[in-house]
Amino acid sequence: MDQHKFEYLQRLGDTTLVLGQRLSEWCGRGPALEEDIALTNVALDLVGQTRLWLGYAAEVEGAGRDADQLAYLRDAHQFRNLLLVEQPNGSYADTLARQFLFDTWHYFLLERLQHSTDARIAEIAAKSLKEVTYHVRRSADLVVRLGDGTEESHRRMQDAFDDLWMFTGELFESDGADAELVAQGVVVDPATLAEPWRRHVSEVLEEATLRVPAGNWSQTGGRQGRHTEHLGYLLAEMQFLQRAYPGAQW
Amino acid sequence: MSAQVLERASVAQVWDWLEQVPDPEIPVISVVDLGIVRDVAWIDDACVITITPTYSGCPAMTVIRDDIERVLGAQGIDRIRVQTRLAPAWTTDWMSPRGKASLSGYGIAPPAQQVIDISGISRKASPALVVACPHCGSRHTRLVSQFGSTACKALYRCGDCKEPFDYFKAH
Repeated sequence: MDQHKFEYLQRLGDTTLVLGQRLSEWCGRGPALEEDIALTNVALDLVGQTRLWLGYAAEVEGAGRDADQLAYLRDAHQFRNLLLVEQPNGSYADTLARQFLFDTWHYFLLERLQHSTDARIAEIAAKSLKEVTYHVRRSADLVVRLGDGTEESHRRMQDAFDDLWMFTGELFESDGADAELVAQGVVVDPATLAEPWRRHVSEVLEEATLRVPAGNWSQTGGRQGRHTEHLGYLLAEMQFLQRAYPGAQW
Repeated sequence: MSAQVLERASVAQVWDWLEQVPDPEIPVISVVDLGIVRDVAWIDDACVITITPTYSGCPAMTVIRDDIERVLGAQGIDRIRVQTRLAPAWTTDWMSPRGKASLSGYGIAPPAQQVIDISGISRKASPALVVACPHCGSRHTRLVSQFGSTACKALYRCGDCKEPFDYFKAH
């Protein structure tokens, strides 16, 4: 088994899975019907992408597991998602700020991964990129609308970006698992995504009359399985059925 | 006892039958006109249908797979394999002119431009999209929500006839 590739694919698949699950929590609770539908459709795209990433991860592992087993039967310390996406939904401003920061990173990542030397990674990335381009345009629109909206919406958006900023450093971190795959052209060095990400985030925040948070301190560890306390609760809900009724299907 | 030798259906015949498989969400368009059937072939003695997903999370894909098996099964094909192909990624450019016309007649505005531009996300470079109203033809329409009743659609409203309508997004 290619342990590094397995690790990398879990990181991607877990990240889209956890955010898809988070967004699903808005189902039936959106601030307007249109937003409710939009967030759950984005969630659907992310869960669909998860099936592709974790499906491939399971094949690379070659241990007879499938995407569902990876999603439903691993515990928090085995999840490799970014800390940003497991943060609670909070207010709608928190959800949108999280989404915009993630979508921008996701776009630049997939744009590079579509040229991966691993044909399977390249095709999943190319497929996902079309969906994610739409996501990031939408979340940028909303950040501008609310940032440059009322005094209240402006304040809430700024607070949300300030609160989440410490989780963005992790997006560009790399470790040994990445290094070898980068050398083979299979994946992209996360650090190289920082510049285009920051440029787009700055452009949108400026248009939204928001300021880019100043802090440089980062909370990291999600990619190594060290999570914030929020992930366990999310998994408890997401995995309940398979834990209570092992092997249940419909 | 008379042995009946069944001629296996030609590939062209199978394509014809597939045109009877409607999209489960938008029943006026067939899976062929939607552009998701990419290939039909006989491999050994199985009829192999290759389909490509519209959106990676589209829940209709499972239903489409079952419908294809049901329709071809009813025509007497007993070994059917439906397989998925991811690359090249599905695009609304593969939708047939007939499919686009059917959408319009059903009240859904068909994709108005070529494929979604994935080359950049800078906000300076995105011109506003004009979508014509499928009810009255007016180009005086407004985006209400980037997502409509399914992931592949957006919700618009016509400024002239005042009717809301779905727009099948270019993808």
